[in-house]
Amino acid sequence: MPEDQMKPEELFQIDYKPPGKGWMETKPDIRRGKINWAAVPKSVEYLDLPNPRKWSPLDKDWKLPDNWKEIILEGMRERIHKFRTFQVFMDICVRCGACADKCHFFIGSGDPKNMPVLRAELLRAVYRKEFTLAGKLMGKMAGARDLTEDVLKEWFFYFFQCTECRRCSVFCPYGIDTAEITMMGRELLSLVGLEIDWVTTPIANCFRTGNHLGIQPHGFQDSIDFAVDDFKDLTGIKVEAPVNKKGAEILFIVPSADYFADPHYYGLLGYMALFHEIGLDYTYSSYASEGGNFGLFHSNQAMKRLNSKIYMEAERLGVKWIIGGECGHMWRVINQYMDTMNGPADFLEVPKSPITGTVFENTKATKMVHICEFTADLIKNDKLKLDKSRNDQWRVTFHDSCNPARAMGIIEEPRYVINSCCNHFFEMPENCIKEQTFCCGGGAGLGTDENMEMRMRGGLPRANAVKYVHDKYGVNVLTCMCAIDKAVLPALMDYWVPGVQVGAVHELVGNALVMKGEKEDRTDMRGEPFIGKETAKDV
Amino acid sequence: MSLKNLLEQNQDVIIERWLDLILATYPSDGSFFLKKQKNQFANPVGYTISKEIEILYQTLFKDVDTETISTSLDSIIKIRSVQDFSPSKAIGFIFLLKKAINDELGNTVKEEGLYSELHEIESSIDTLILKAFDSYMKSKDLLFRIRADELNRRTKIILSRYSDTD
Repeated sequence: MPEDQMKPEELFQIDYKPPGKGWMETKPDIRRGKINWAAVPKSVEYLDLPNPRKWSPLDKDWKLPDNWKEIILEGMRERIHKFRTFQVFMDICVRCGACADKCHFFIGSGDPKNMPVLRAELLRAVYRKEFTLAGKLMGKMAGARDLTEDVLKEWFFYFFQCTECRRCSVFCPYGIDTAEITMMGRELLSLVGLEIDWVTTPIANCFRTGNHLGIQPHGFQDSIDFAVDDFKDLTGIKVEAPVNKKGAEILFIVPSADYFADPHYYGLLGYMALFHEIGLDYTYSSYASEGGNFGLFHSNQAMKRLNSKIYMEAERLGVKWIIGGECGHMWRVINQYMDTMNGPADFLEVPKSPITGTVFENTKATKMVHICEFTADLIKNDKLKLDKSRNDQWRVTFHDSCNPARAMGIIEEPRYVINSCCNHFFEMPENCIKEQTFCCGGGAGLGTDENMEMRMRGGLPRANAVKYVHDKYGVNVLTCMCAIDKAVLPALMDYWVPGVQVGAVHELVGNALVMKGEKEDRTDMRGEPFIGKETAKDV
Repeated sequence: MSLKNLLEQNQDVIIERWLDLILATYPSDGSFFLKKQKNQFANPVGYTISKEIEILYQTLFKDVDTETISTSLDSIIKIRSVQDFSPSKAIGFIFLLKKAINDELGNTVKEEGLYSELHEIESSIDTLILKAFDSYMKSKDLLFRIRADELNRRTKIILSRYSDTD
């Protein structure tokens, strides 16, 4: 009989209560559905990262190097000295509990180690033991804990159950950035070869080809050409979408999913409509063919290297400034880390809209403007002809993507754009949107399918708020402006709120935009006729 | 007084007891939150469980249509089937209703000799268990289908181009 199978007499003793042990004594239940697969050795080797090997979190032996403990503690020591914030975050928490019930994974699971305070405590307890006098002398009484292999496994389990969304940080009276604690945790794990594939392989691909999927420059060009053709089929208009055009005024950076995944692609078609209609002088880059930066989910070094290509391409192509598309964590990297990692971008000009003359003073340091800021400015200055009724098929709500909302504070612009493009917009309840927005449950490299159970429970608070507006107002589309959202929210909706689709903000723009020269029977970005414009063959 | 009447009269206290027993299947720090936080958006798990078990409880003494029962069961089981529970524990929360009734009305049943009625009520609870098993499998099936759909969506645009050129 297998070890984990109960004997018949045990089956009759029904006890539903979990063991009442303290958190330090409770080992995680590592099993399928809750974990991400380990990084394949090929990607680990490609990035020159330590300890490439085949292993699985389900194995008993994780094939750690013999001196793993020494490596981790040395890594901690180095980071405590290098990053002042890390030490402050280790020392300053008073365990007030303000963050405890704010994490979507905790709300969806009830697992106390998903309370941000306790997840951080996994690191803090070891920090106390190794780096503080009280912890060294008083041990467990001072909240200190030895670093053992089980503790390391627990780190791996829980630091890959944090999407670095920073909702908890909004409520922390000390402003502790819990995402940075997770980032430190993941950096330390990487030192001994504890990597997940959905983070490490995209980084390796991005190093090689400029995007997470590993699409090569000619593949990128083909994708854009296909989109141009598709756009012509939908609208009758042939747009220009230059790639690697030297001397263009603006470099346009999008997440790679925009040019191959559903529903991202409809947003890409929306960008094309917009740029064509205003006659923007812009270019894509086949080398900076990715806005997303999975380096953020791995280590500061990887983040820096991935971010640098955007600015290197801006310099090589000789553009004046940059527009960034509907990406999530790209904006955290740009707004919070770029300047000190790869800046200053003083070879670029302070962005100024060639259409309205608006100077985007807020982007002085980064020289990069969010597409929603850019479009909102166009609408505000009455530069676009928009027909809201062209989105009448949609009853719309908006999911604030964590990083744009909390890391760059872009809250009103997307709402202004959406409200200018549709007649039926409904907000979700106040404690689920804007700065308090709930994560999609798949950010920070967790948006893969092997941990689907984890994603569904982590995404429950978001889905629950969508269900509310779906039931109350008949909402049938959840718009957002982040590629990870667009990838993982459809699954979340299918599970919790069937009948709600996911769309891009610029998909609505593309639909509503009245374009010069468009054909009589043009459709929306999904190829569907507008309401009232159906022909006999459509119905 | 019939047991059905007793169940109806003692509805609040039995549901409260059942809720406590269900929430005790979560780790203690978690169950405290699930019980305490009443906002439906800040605590969808606790809110859903407490709302839906009321409907399930009422099936014991009054007619509730099958669709309503299924919706209530699905709402709870969809949650528990993606949480840290084995299949038996995910649906086993319904057995706890027997315990809740026994805790609150056990003595009365004994004193009044209501065993045959209790037997009927327990059979109704067993039926709920069977429905819960269906609901659990439905959730798991849905999850597997969603995994497959997600893979399709990731490559849909690329694949559609190849199919166009055929």
